[in-house]
Amino acid sequence: MITKENYKNDIKNYQPKPKLLKNCIKAFVVGGLICLIGQGLTVFYTEVFGFSEKAAGNPVVTTLILLSALLTGFGVYDKIGQFAGAGSAVPVTGFANSITSAALEHKSEGLVLGVASNMFKLAGSVIVFGTVSAYIVGMIRYLIEQFL
Amino acid sequence: MFMDFFWAFVVGGAICVIGQILLDVFKLTPAHVMSSFVVAGAVLDGFNVYDKLIEFAGAGATVPITSFGHSLLHGAMTQAEEHGFIGVAVGIFQLTSAGIASAILFGFIVALIFKPKG
Repeated sequence: MITKENYKNDIKNYQPKPKLLKNCIKAFVVGGLICLIGQGLTVFYTEVFGFSEKAAGNPVVTTLILLSALLTGFGVYDKIGQFAGAGSAVPVTGFANSITSAALEHKSEGLVLGVASNMFKLAGSVIVFGTVSAYIVGMIRYLIEQFL
Repeated sequence: MFMDFFWAFVVGGAICVIGQILLDVFKLTPAHVMSSFVVAGAVLDGFNVYDKLIEFAGAGATVPITSFGHSLLHGAMTQAEEHGFIGVAVGIFQLTSAGIASAILFGFIVALIFKPKG
């Protein structure tokens, strides 16, 4: 008798095994390495250019974004992405990658309708949800600080 | 110094593992993961948790996209102290401006110079 449950068990052997652990290790190592580079850049900007640790955040992020945009242009970042999954998507470099790759992908449609209009196809959701949530949390915190 | 690097690696990696679990187990798309992380960063910063994480992990906390939400809120709160309600809107992009501006600029330049691959 083939029931739904039986069928699910029968085909289990033929389905690709979810490689959760392997994927997580890859994400951990690559994501960790990107943050390690970030930490190295932080030390570089604080020691060499005399930024405070907090102020160093901006040049560090900018440098990482530049690197990521270039690597995307050379087609390297997408290869890293296939290997690392969330490890390369979650750091800020993944944000820059989504902007650059969307811009590149639509280059053939022209600079205005292609590159500029499609740039924020993926990154737009990050900015929208970030802004809305920060706005709401900010308002709540402001109200609490004022009236409590 | 060595410990700074160690914790940056471990904490940054751990945040990415959370992202990978959201991708593999909960079947979210990368866009959903990134959006959730930004919201999480803003909410954690609302409870003053994220600053402690940055103090502890350095770039391990500032490089993941969660810090984008944290910076949005930080800019908003700094201006809110000076200008009240309207300050929330005035300051929201203050700290993230460098990141967004450079991402747009470099993305545009790369799209001009390079040819799409694949």
